[in-house]
Amino acid sequence: MKASLTLLVAACGLGMATSAAWAEDPIRIGVIAETSAISGVSVPNGAKLAAEEINAAGGVNGRKVEIVEYDDHNSAADAVRAFQRAAEQDKVNAVIATYISEVMLALEPWAGRLHMPLITPGAASNEITKRVHDDYDHMKYVFAGYLASTQIADAVCESGKDLLINQMKVKTAVVVSEDAAWTIPLDEEYLKCLPSIGVKVLDHIRLSPDTTDFTPIFNKIEGEKPDVMITGISHVGVQPTVQWQQQQVPIPMYGVSSQATSSTFWKDTNGATDGVVFNMFSAPDVAVTPKTIPFAQAYQKKYGIVPGYAGYTAYDDVYMWVDAIKRAGSTDPDKIVAAMETTDYVGTIGRIVFLPKDNTFAHGMTIGAGYISGLMVQWQGGTPVTVWPANVATGKLKFPAFIKTGG
Amino acid sequence: MLELQILIDGFAISSLYALGAIGFTLIFGVSGVLNLSHGAIMAVAAIIAWYVAGDLGAGSYGGALAGIATGLALSFVTYGLVVRPIQSSRTIAHEEKEIFVLTGTLLWGLMLQVAVAWIFTNNPKTVQPLVAGVVEILGVRTPRNEILTAVLSWVAIGLLWQLVHRTRAGKSLLAASINPRGLTLLGFELSNVYLLVWAIYGVLAGIAGVLLGMFLGVSSDNAGTLTASAFSIVVLGGLGSVTGSLVAAYVVGYLETVTAYLVSPSIRTVPVLLLLVLVVYLRPQGLLGRR
Repeated sequence: MKASLTLLVAACGLGMATSAAWAEDPIRIGVIAETSAISGVSVPNGAKLAAEEINAAGGVNGRKVEIVEYDDHNSAADAVRAFQRAAEQDKVNAVIATYISEVMLALEPWAGRLHMPLITPGAASNEITKRVHDDYDHMKYVFAGYLASTQIADAVCESGKDLLINQMKVKTAVVVSEDAAWTIPLDEEYLKCLPSIGVKVLDHIRLSPDTTDFTPIFNKIEGEKPDVMITGISHVGVQPTVQWQQQQVPIPMYGVSSQATSSTFWKDTNGATDGVVFNMFSAPDVAVTPKTIPFAQAYQKKYGIVPGYAGYTAYDDVYMWVDAIKRAGSTDPDKIVAAMETTDYVGTIGRIVFLPKDNTFAHGMTIGAGYISGLMVQWQGGTPVTVWPANVATGKLKFPAFIKTGG
Repeated sequence: MLELQILIDGFAISSLYALGAIGFTLIFGVSGVLNLSHGAIMAVAAIIAWYVAGDLGAGSYGGALAGIATGLALSFVTYGLVVRPIQSSRTIAHEEKEIFVLTGTLLWGLMLQVAVAWIFTNNPKTVQPLVAGVVEILGVRTPRNEILTAVLSWVAIGLLWQLVHRTRAGKSLLAASINPRGLTLLGFELSNVYLLVWAIYGVLAGIAGVLLGMFLGVSSDNAGTLTASAFSIVVLGGLGSVTGSLVAAYVVGYLETVTAYLVSPSIRTVPVLLLLVLVVYLRPQGLLGRR
């Protein structure tokens, strides 16, 4: 009895202590994503990890950071409802939303209407930043926390100078992308930048995201005898990869394969992804910045898997919003935006500096050496091995026996 | 060469379609139930097979067995928890029961789909194939597992055929589909017949799900499409006609494959849907329907 009384008193004291530590209202950040998808769930996971770290370090000027989660089930309508609720009912100060361009494009006008700062940790369509450029006064609340498709294609081509040309002796390619908003500018840029590094594009195939049987597509590509398939896939991933391996299509896959960025991809494909080369801006074993590896390890410790690509950026996004709010000294949306525009922050994916409003990629991220440059990673025997650029590479390209390369 | 490729791929996919649709049509034929949770049951069976084979380390055979057991278990749960309560309800008017069963199984399927997406994410999974590697058939590189898919589908269909035509229990199924009242007058418990048909259905749906998971991969998002494809095959073949469903499965499988190879993979299912409209318009009882 006495013991339980003591416990009760102690508990009350503890309760008072914690409430005293967060005397002021919390800073609330809304996170909207599809939580039943691998890339999607890493968004709230990454964001929560950042909030916990900030709170453990005392919060922001004595204010706690609180993450308010919403599942949009990959539906633009659900995302818009969640966004409205976040702004009007839950009174969040900023939002981190979605890795799907179509969903982000639906949210964008609402960010303008509701004056709600919004950043995407993974949507890549060029249209997102183009709208900010074209209609800055209304759209200035929107930031792109991931690279635009054109920039991603350029990163793939840049890596191709070494990997495709020098190591794999590639002369010809077929571009294979899923039919989606983000791949339109991606493909356009692939078709321009591949020839510029010396790769002839034989064909350009856009596949429907609900394709389940890829045999006819691989069959057609094989008939054209390219040295490599340059990919642009995100909604699809497991099925083409598994069928590629089961049918032993002798052409390597190289490019963007978002699902391959998650550690569960090996398991989901039963190892069929062995040899797939994909672009990433951060990898769990590469010190892109001093923050990358500690983040990946903390994430893996907390959730049991390594983060998907949008986990890194969502984590950085929380820090950047909090930093902007701190520097703005206010939660007024216009002041937050103004502070965010002057961000110069080293995150897990590189040094983040947003492009000015007169740039076509307004509020997108600066790319290039010293900022964000990208990696090429290859699945090898169950682990993702960084193969480019040479200064951070942890291994060399290695393909399964059924693949034919000139290298 | 392309013709042969179409022939081989079309055969594998059609056999799988036949297996998937045959249980669906059997249940309708015997008990008049259109089970709209069909696709979800197949998808869950495949995902459990993937989980047991990989995460629990049971290997591809263990996984496949677990998947089939899941199909069977879900089939009984569907019957016991959704279909039977509606059929035996006194508050639902007799003429409304069919629509209640349709809605009930549809909602049950959605529940399964969301639950499995919540637990395992909606990322597609591929079940470990029973056999790896490829063989050349007259110059067409064919995965061994694709051949096995077709063979196993036909073995399962063949066993079902034997069961229905050679065993007493099987014959009672056939009788129930023709004249359930007559069967009860002969002293058969209709509820036992229903249990048997749901058991057969569960095993078939489980096998079909696991094979599909090995051949193409399955995501919880596929549940609706799988139900729709079984439904189109069954309507095309004639509701309740097993032979009709077999024929229709090959019509659908080959039409899709030919479209994917010769026109475009993106419009794979379009000609089938057009054909379905045409059949419903010109021959509403389906290719081999009884009505």
